Amino acid sequence: MKKTVKDLALRLKAHFPDIIAEPVEFRGECTCTLLDSNRLHEVAEYLKDQLDFDFLKEATSIDEPDKPLRFTLVYELYSYYHRVQLRLKTSIAEGNGKISSLSDLWASANWQEREIYDLMGIQFENHPDLRRILMWDGYPFHPLRKDFPLEGKASECGVLFTRPAPMEGGPFVTQPGLLDDEDREPRSRTPENKF
Amino acid sequence: MAEIKDFEFEEMGSKSVQPSNAINESLGDVMTLSMGPSHPSMHGVLRFKAEVDGEIFHRITPDIGYLHRGDEKIAENKTWHQFIPYTDRLDYLAPLCNNVAYVMAVEKLLGIADQIPERCQFIRVICCELARISSHLVGIGCFGMDLGALTVFLLAYNEREKVFNLCESLSGARFTTSYTRIGGLSRDLPDGWLGEVNKFCDEVLKAIDDLESFLTRNRIFLDRTEGIGVITKNQAISWGLTGVNLRGSGMDFDLRRDHPYLVYDRLNFDVPVGVKGDCYDRYILRILEMRESVNILRQCVKMIPSGPINIDDPKIMLPTKKRVLTQMEDLIHHFMLATEGINAPAGEVYFGAENPKGELGFYIYSKGGGSPYRLKIRPPSFVSISVMPLMLKGAMLADVPAVIGSLDIVMGECDR
Repeated sequence: MKKTVKDLALRLKAHFPDIIAEPVEFRGECTCTLLDSNRLHEVAEYLKDQLDFDFLKEATSIDEPDKPLRFTLVYELYSYYHRVQLRLKTSIAEGNGKISSLSDLWASANWQEREIYDLMGIQFENHPDLRRILMWDGYPFHPLRKDFPLEGKASECGVLFTRPAPMEGGPFVTQPGLLDDEDREPRSRTPENKF
Repeated sequence: MAEIKDFEFEEMGSKSVQPSNAINESLGDVMTLSMGPSHPSMHGVLRFKAEVDGEIFHRITPDIGYLHRGDEKIAENKTWHQFIPYTDRLDYLAPLCNNVAYVMAVEKLLGIADQIPERCQFIRVICCELARISSHLVGIGCFGMDLGALTVFLLAYNEREKVFNLCESLSGARFTTSYTRIGGLSRDLPDGWLGEVNKFCDEVLKAIDDLESFLTRNRIFLDRTEGIGVITKNQAISWGLTGVNLRGSGMDFDLRRDHPYLVYDRLNFDVPVGVKGDCYDRYILRILEMRESVNILRQCVKMIPSGPINIDDPKIMLPTKKRVLTQMEDLIHHFMLATEGINAPAGEVYFGAENPKGELGFYIYSKGGGSPYRLKIRPPSFVSISVMPLMLKGAMLADVPAVIGSLDIVMGECDR
């Protein structure tokens, strides 16, 4: 029997009355908020196995530095059987433990959680391969945090420069930049003055 | 007569039939190979770290992020309208589709989704389907080229050029169209444009026939795609594949039909579904989808009504220049829109559109005001690439171009 998203949200609320807040509807979408982030895996398992949410469309996170629970995780779940979409949200404090990975329930969570870790710096427990994904390994910051400036921050990773060097043992020679990121102005760089 | 020395062939032969976990233990036999990021079959800047034993893959690790521009961070610092040009650069093979998907997400947040004039909705459908044809042409052309059929590539690009000509007369730009506006479109159709679309429909059908004659029953093409890169239905659902890659595995799901947006509920079209989930199924689905897109285009050209293309709300659409210069109210609206942007309500929405590569979704978390607090893009190519380690495990090195080509990925969207 196919159900509406409101029915499914109320069933979730009935099964976890203490930790699921009242479902919120906005523009025809239903959002359930999980109050205890430690029980995320349990709730997600119920959503997947009992309520047929078999497709994790996306997982993402929101950074609100002025709130006590700084980070909010957002999961967009879709049920191919009921043909409805439900949003599950839960908040965690900064540096306050980890949140459990859902990659054992939905394989698509694997890379989505890596992206959250990379750009927002949230650690996931029991993740099979929690490495940076968009930024390079060893990059020190988490750029989607609100305290990261739009223009970026200088990091110690120097930039490599390649120039043609036919007389020095190869068609090209690559050497690290001598100046650090703050001093370097790319638009004024010419082969003569700065490498 | 010298004694014929027996080289120990048996030992070498027995090595290759060892169970794979035994090879895993003796790492001496495994070589690490780096493919990309700059390689003709990588469809952009995708890199693989592959552990190969001879020509067999043990493990393959995609490495993405070479085209990361921080689009989501930029969106937080731009007004709603200013982000439209950035959506061109997501799936840069189908920019019109991205424009439509993004503005529809914002319109959903603003609560004006049901007020969009009918003519605008039809034009948006035409844009989406033109972009779909052009994207699939590139997808199939590059797929053919990666497998050695260069003629297919040239033929497909020839047709794609015609789509670009249509885009040019529609929006002024061939590639980075930025055609849509929140609440409407940047301009109405040029005179005689629909006739051009009809002409293009006839021509592209002939070209698709030609494409098919090169590939569909080509023995070499069949050998290299049938049974290669198989994803089962359950795997496809669990890994979150969407679009053609999902339907290729036998899942009958299309957002245009199952959650119709724009005027798709008034159009008749079929959703082709694959059986085996291999590279060949995904190829043939793209061919069939292009034919369906032509079908949709023809219906739209017949059904498109006349009338306004923008909603009549000066707090969302820029008022006309004449009104700005003659009326005080409109001057104020113009000033507010240009400096602060549309004042959106607080709330959160998700809108996903069926794009050529799969479902392109925008999740918007707004705290009110002229720009999003958080905008998350759900790129279909990101998901497609994440499945590759699964698809290529135990496959041959030469299967990589077939798998990448059949998944039809684009890195601008994956890396954002």
